[in-house]
Amino acid sequence: MASTHNGATARLMLSPAVALLLLWMAVPLAMTLWYSLHDYQLLMPRGHEFLGLENYVYFLTDPAFFESLVNTFALLLGVLAITVLGGIGLAMLLDRPMYGQGIVRVLVVSPFFVMPTVSALVWKNMFMNPVNGLFAWLAQVFGMRAIDWLAEVPLLSLTLIVAWGWLPFATLILLTALQSLDTEQKEAAEMDGANAFDRFVHITLPHLARPIAVVILIQTIFLLSLFAEILVTTNGGPGNQSTNLAYLVYSQALLRFDVGSASAGGVVAVVFANILAIFLMRLVGKNLER
Amino acid sequence: MTMRTRLLALLAGIATICAARADAVTLTIATVNNGDMIRMQKLAGDFVRQYPDIELRWVTLEENLLRQRVTIDVATQGGQYDVVTVGNYEVPIWAAQDWLVPLEDLGEDFARDDLLPAIHDSLSHDGKLYAAPFYAESALTMYRTDLFEGAGLTMPESPSWQFIRDAAERLTDRENGQYGICLRGKAGWGENMAFVSTLAHSWGARWFDMQWQPQLQSQPWQAAVSFYVDLLKKYGPPGASTNGFNENLALFQAGKCGMWIDASVAASFVSDPRQSSVSNDVGFALFPSRGSLQNHGNWLWAWSFVIPAASENVEAAKTFVAWATGKSYMQLVAAESGWADVPPGTRQSLYSSAEYQQAAPFAGIVLQAIEAANTRQPSEQAVPYVGGNFVSIAPYQGIGTVVGQQISAAVAGQISTRKALANAQFIAEREMTRARYLD
Repeated sequence: MASTHNGATARLMLSPAVALLLLWMAVPLAMTLWYSLHDYQLLMPRGHEFLGLENYVYFLTDPAFFESLVNTFALLLGVLAITVLGGIGLAMLLDRPMYGQGIVRVLVVSPFFVMPTVSALVWKNMFMNPVNGLFAWLAQVFGMRAIDWLAEVPLLSLTLIVAWGWLPFATLILLTALQSLDTEQKEAAEMDGANAFDRFVHITLPHLARPIAVVILIQTIFLLSLFAEILVTTNGGPGNQSTNLAYLVYSQALLRFDVGSASAGGVVAVVFANILAIFLMRLVGKNLER
Repeated sequence: MTMRTRLLALLAGIATICAARADAVTLTIATVNNGDMIRMQKLAGDFVRQYPDIELRWVTLEENLLRQRVTIDVATQGGQYDVVTVGNYEVPIWAAQDWLVPLEDLGEDFARDDLLPAIHDSLSHDGKLYAAPFYAESALTMYRTDLFEGAGLTMPESPSWQFIRDAAERLTDRENGQYGICLRGKAGWGENMAFVSTLAHSWGARWFDMQWQPQLQSQPWQAAVSFYVDLLKKYGPPGASTNGFNENLALFQAGKCGMWIDASVAASFVSDPRQSSVSNDVGFALFPSRGSLQNHGNWLWAWSFVIPAASENVEAAKTFVAWATGKSYMQLVAAESGWADVPPGTRQSLYSSAEYQQAAPFAGIVLQAIEAANTRQPSEQAVPYVGGNFVSIAPYQGIGTVVGQQISAAVAGQISTRKALANAQFIAEREMTRARYLD
């Protein structure tokens, strides 16, 4: 235990770092808040008049807002479902001893290191293109109509692209967790007559609960601000069918040059992210306490 | 010469070089990555030889990115760029905000009187010229003469929309990948809305009434957009809702389209045997009109150079702008890469040159289209705005983008035309209220 005197010194020593971090966070946030309450449209300068909540009203009543909110969560849930379920499956497969294990593991993990813009472009032009893409070719081989993925099912296409990139992350975390599972416990269960399904439900899954919570938490943080994949593939369209909150804020700021309502949108997005974070932290906290 | 004098001479030499260096100005030029601009960068050696104390630094960007960077810099008076490439949409808006330097004295070679009147007018504000046009375009109907002959059709010089529809029906042969008509469908105010806005104007529609009330649900808009959506769905290529200028160019060059109505710069691309498989079978006509209305929609776009008021090198920037848009630049391009590659659409002297008329068989009709474009009176009805393929007011980028998304969704078959226009009207009213045009 440090004495009170030592504690004060420690706090003093820490203060520059804390102050810097606070500035780093507080100044941009304060500026965003200020802009969000003022009239700041780049193309129509009218002297930064104070507007009260007008920017918020406009952002929240924008017909695209509700749609983008739904899209944000649909994308989030879709990607989480694929990566968590697929991650568990892949991790259990990779956990078995097999020939060429090292190489297979490296290959499975590698999509995570491909930059999002690059992978999205590859998916868009080489797989999902309705004329030249691999999927269109496959469909034609089987005599089916080629699907124009990004125009007909934009949100599903995006979910697939993003899930492909995040699956290795989930697999990696869950695999390391599986490797720490005590094999003797499994053997004992087997001797007691538990079948593979029971062993999975009663031993493996409870063991994986914590890492799954971690995977969900980390992915949620990144997926809420998903942007590059949308910009590169669908540009939020057709209509607003693949616009999420982050993309909507971008379109306010850089397609309409309306700094005020883009800032309001940014604040709204931060509020949503925080509400979600509170729930998630509780979930993870409960898991970690056990 | 003694050692001492040699040393002195050397020192004097170094001093002169240093002095020259200190005088040298660096111009930062933001431009778009179109073929004609890339050619200009290659030819800029000529400028550097003429003006050794001006250095050029290029920032070449794709159109949307360029617009974002440049708008932010100019609107915040950043002064990052000395010369900026913009269209005639931006020029009057920015000039009204005093963000641009007027270009009244660009010298003899620039020959202001030689500019086509329609272009000069679209780049002026309150009687002063604020931008120097690099190349300009209107819109044309491009068609396949061989297919027309085969079907026993004759394209009039000034076709009507009804004729276009009948011809598209006759030329469509889906089994063999032959589509009657290719049009822009990709959402964006500079993509599908450039076409739709021109179409609507030719149909007698207007974006706003004299009180700035949006008119997107009026009868002419409904008729024009229904016609467009129906035409493209029935006789257009698959995936038309994501085709922009470049996609349609590729389709037409590959021989997939019977007709293509788009910007007149395409005329030189489709008749160039190096890149087009149908170069020998292309004919040109004016942008279609409706019934007895002799209105061809008034498409006019001019990529132009402006000098932001925040630039610190205004004089050097003027020197560069005068070089790049002057009469001698045309001669330079003609000498280096041929008359067909000269940036089109800006100067009377280009169209009266016999060499150009010979190298560019479409020169006459392009000139006719540009001269006919009246951006101050684009519709049959009275309008409070300027512009044929856009509306030159600040909120239009936002409105055009969102309306473009709605119409693109209608072409994709996701919503009905009626619904798309109802959504468009709602959004346009919101944006106009927010921009304080409406109460």
